[in-house]
Amino acid sequence: MSAPLGTVSYWEPWWIQVIKGIVVFAIGLQLVPVVLLVERKLIGRFQNRYGPNRVGPYGLFQPVADIGKLLFKEQFRPRTSVALLFTLAPMISICTAVAAFAIIPFGNTQDIFGTKVGLYGIDVGIGPLYLFAFGSIAFYGLMLGGWASGSKYSFLGAMRAAAQLISYEVSQALALVGVVITAGSLSLTQIVNAQRGMWYVVPQLVGFLVFMAASFAETNRAPFDLAEADAELVGGYNTEYGGARFASFFFAEYLNVVVVSGIAATVFLGGWLLPFGIHPPGWVDPFVVLGKMALFVSLFIWIRATLPRLRYDQLMAFGWKVLLPLATLNALVTAIVVVAVH
Amino acid sequence: MTYDPQADALPVSRPAEPGRGAAAYRIFGETLRGMKTTFGRIVEGPTTVQYPEDKAPVYPRFRGRHRLHRFEDTGLEKCVGCSLCAAACPADCIRVVAAENTPELRISAGERYAAVYEINMSRCIFCGYCEVACPFDAITMGHDYELSDYDRSDLIFTKEMLLAEPVERAPLRAAGE
Repeated sequence: MSAPLGTVSYWEPWWIQVIKGIVVFAIGLQLVPVVLLVERKLIGRFQNRYGPNRVGPYGLFQPVADIGKLLFKEQFRPRTSVALLFTLAPMISICTAVAAFAIIPFGNTQDIFGTKVGLYGIDVGIGPLYLFAFGSIAFYGLMLGGWASGSKYSFLGAMRAAAQLISYEVSQALALVGVVITAGSLSLTQIVNAQRGMWYVVPQLVGFLVFMAASFAETNRAPFDLAEADAELVGGYNTEYGGARFASFFFAEYLNVVVVSGIAATVFLGGWLLPFGIHPPGWVDPFVVLGKMALFVSLFIWIRATLPRLRYDQLMAFGWKVLLPLATLNALVTAIVVVAVH
Repeated sequence: MTYDPQADALPVSRPAEPGRGAAAYRIFGETLRGMKTTFGRIVEGPTTVQYPEDKAPVYPRFRGRHRLHRFEDTGLEKCVGCSLCAAACPADCIRVVAAENTPELRISAGERYAAVYEINMSRCIFCGYCEVACPFDAITMGHDYELSDYDRSDLIFTKEMLLAEPVERAPLRAAGE
């Protein structure tokens, strides 16, 4: 077994780090409109309709139109709001979402023009902890946004978001503990490499299910979208937001979906690995990862089209009485098995 | 035939009773069942009518925009300007001004004709009472339902507009459709 903390095993020049930062940000930026469109299209299909198909061929420019509309709107804020925090909150949300996107590995270390480049923003030694760290900061974006709006509904939404995120973060983290124990490393690239024999979705099936359920709650997606609850809270924490600030919240939310899909694909579906001993050339790896992410994003949308929103007490009961014991048990059993095998 | 209450009964599926294993079933089994249901909607395919390109077909008795008619053989107008339609109209949207036919200027088959016949489409409620009231079948409800305009005054349809063949825009529903 290797050391619990993953180590970066090669050296990258500073300019590659800069280029990688730009590329990761650009990819994240491009993925969100795609997810937006795919979501609306798929939801439409799930409801016996087409979804947006008027703007451009097959409605392909719909997200461009949406984003364009939001960006050109006036930056207003309510008189009761707290100016600094009101402005800061969406920035926190978007920065943390993009930062979390940086750790998703899109492939093994590649030789590009004789330079070794890892196909990820950064291979942090603390892996999933980095994700949860930024997830926790992202939650300040929601909280501050809801509180600083100075509005009842925003505050209610923020309170719900707080309770929900705290409850489910624990299960989500514990679900990954099983994987970390099995792989013997926190580094996401090493976790992927440890899945050469078998993807962790098989031995860690319980962990996978718990992780997915908790991720739905962490990203505020249906059926756990209590923080937004359009029907009851008129949008929750982002009620008072409009224009580019709302776009930032929206962007962060969808980027979080992408990030969680990427993490799930990395940790449970073997990242860039293909089954049956297929070893494609290195440039295929990012597409494999993107394909697996698309699978998870579709699952998110499918669930959204299927399940109704949970009641608040059901949400809490499910989080604390079902998910948390399951996750704990999973981590415990995994630890015992790993110790017994070695 | 006697009424059988069982014939109207809808199948209701109830969730499992609380107890051992039932919670897990409710959480995962019912979720999977719901996902199957929604996926069935994808397989069914969309039922949307792409409106401006495809128009929803109307039934033969659909009450759309009115039409005034002429006799097919003589080409004279059927309307004799009796104003019964205007009297029957609950929305008060029809205005008729009658004038006498003369041997030189013969417009309708009766003694008088409608010199002015206007229907204010922004007031019309498409009830069809005018059609019922008309003793000569001069006015009928057509099939045209695309009646939007940029100006209220453009929605006052004159006699010439009502007499003219409408642009064929509303498709008729085929038998069995």
